[in-house]
Amino acid sequence: MRRLLRSALLLAMLAPPAMAQAPLGQPPAVREGLEIGASTSEIAITSDFRGADLTIFGALTNADELLLAIGQYDLVVTLEGPRDYATVRRKERVFGIWMNTQSMTFEQVPESYSMASTRQIDSLDQASSLNDIGVGIEHLALNPVGYIPDSGLIGEFREAYRRLKLASGLYQRDTSGVRFVSSSLFRASLKLPANIPDGVHVVRASLFKSGQLLLQRELSLRVVKTGIEQAITDAAHNRPLAYGFLCVLIAVITGWGASLIFRKD
Amino acid sequence: MTVYLPIAELSVNIFIILGMGAAVGFLSGMFGVGGGFLITPLLIFYNIPPVVAVATGANQVVASSISGAITHFRRGTLDMKLGSVLLVGGLLGATAGVWVFSWLRRVGQLDLFISLLYVVLLGTIGALMLQESLRAMRRAKMNEPLPLKRPGQHNWVHRLPLKMRFKKSKIYLSAIPIVGLGFGIGVLTSIMGVGGGFIMVPAMIYLLRIPTNVVVGTSLFQIIFVTAYTTMVQAATNYSVDIVLASILMVAGVIGAQYGVRAGQKLRGEQLRALLALLVLAVGIRLAVGLVVKPDDIYSVVVGGMSF
Repeated sequence: MRRLLRSALLLAMLAPPAMAQAPLGQPPAVREGLEIGASTSEIAITSDFRGADLTIFGALTNADELLLAIGQYDLVVTLEGPRDYATVRRKERVFGIWMNTQSMTFEQVPESYSMASTRQIDSLDQASSLNDIGVGIEHLALNPVGYIPDSGLIGEFREAYRRLKLASGLYQRDTSGVRFVSSSLFRASLKLPANIPDGVHVVRASLFKSGQLLLQRELSLRVVKTGIEQAITDAAHNRPLAYGFLCVLIAVITGWGASLIFRKD
Repeated sequence: MTVYLPIAELSVNIFIILGMGAAVGFLSGMFGVGGGFLITPLLIFYNIPPVVAVATGANQVVASSISGAITHFRRGTLDMKLGSVLLVGGLLGATAGVWVFSWLRRVGQLDLFISLLYVVLLGTIGALMLQESLRAMRRAKMNEPLPLKRPGQHNWVHRLPLKMRFKKSKIYLSAIPIVGLGFGIGVLTSIMGVGGGFIMVPAMIYLLRIPTNVVVGTSLFQIIFVTAYTTMVQAATNYSVDIVLASILMVAGVIGAQYGVRAGQKLRGEQLRALLALLVLAVGIRLAVGLVVKPDDIYSVVVGGMSF
């Protein structure tokens, strides 16, 4: 253990650029640590769910008091929904009628994305490195399927995708959603949209120090839909023939029943 | 009071759906039509996804056609053999229709195609009905006798091979046009969510020269099975039948239909038909406007869709 610590210290001293990045020139003796936790690992929602807040607590350990006081530490906490392909279509007027003419499918993008941060994240870092780590709605990787030569077109479709997702509430951001409760404890409030997809979601906390990504922590959260409506959806998808038969049966009973009840003779 | 539709994935006001079902049921009872061609566009106007509106519309038609078919069966105005030949075509057509439906959905042109078909069909039928009923009203005013119908006359349909004898209908007719008609109606059932009686009845009377007394019962017979089959296939391939929505519509529809039948007996035929024609035209025009007006957003997102 001591040897490990010594080698870490040695490594820190051997790396002058890392020292130069700390604005006050003090090389940290110990690395910062980050822990996060949620009150539950499973959220059960019913069909009358109208959206809610999810609170994630976290602790920042070994933080530099001075840097913390002047707000050099920043936190971004995101909740990513299950990933799937997403197709964006664009309408155009053809012979006076609006029809879908172009489409672009993006690879494995989160169906929902809720983000909370200590401040506007674009002021945290150069956009390029946010792109690398994929933190923030503007920096999510949106890779089209297949080769599209026109990069301007990709840009337009990406922008439309983000705009539509934000408008539907599936993508959300709150630039003041993370607050320090004490010098080391913080609380992040993430918004769960009313139309949140079920499946495994990932909570990811990223700690930035003076605009540089320091470390990330993840934990998974399962969203389970419950209630009669979900049972119907499951039946429709898992046992479609039985479900279809039931639909027909209800129709037959309703029609037949009406002719018996309202029979005149 | 709102109710959540699990397949359409949205919350709706239950009273609006009940009202829609009752109103369309009333009209269908009054005019003796299935009502699918009104319920599907109304659901689309109420923001139900067209995929769900069409599949659920087909399911609703099963219920609204059954009581009528039972009545005709009791009265003996249903030709089982003719209905079965129609049904063969209908099942084939519905299968082909669902295949086209799924393909259109995959390439993102389904909503447009449904609207276009409705505009064309509702526009044509509304205009023809309006013309016919106005002519009848004028004739009634001038006390002119009805022009003589010539049911005995033969046309090209009667020269086709594969002739079959239909005892109940008292006709001797080739199976080809019957299967063909059934096929066309089957396609419409799966793509538009209609029973297709409003096309089948005139086609049987004027094209195939089938005696009027068995036409309605026989077409209802075929409609029940084709719509039931379409419901099953849509449920199995597109997962788009909403059982909650269908149940509300069906219950309201069959009750509305009973009052519609009574109201229809008191009113005069031509005026009634002119009213229905205007309604059909209005729905068609409303859909046409939706096609040409610039949409709020020219972009749309679908999850899970692989387009090519």
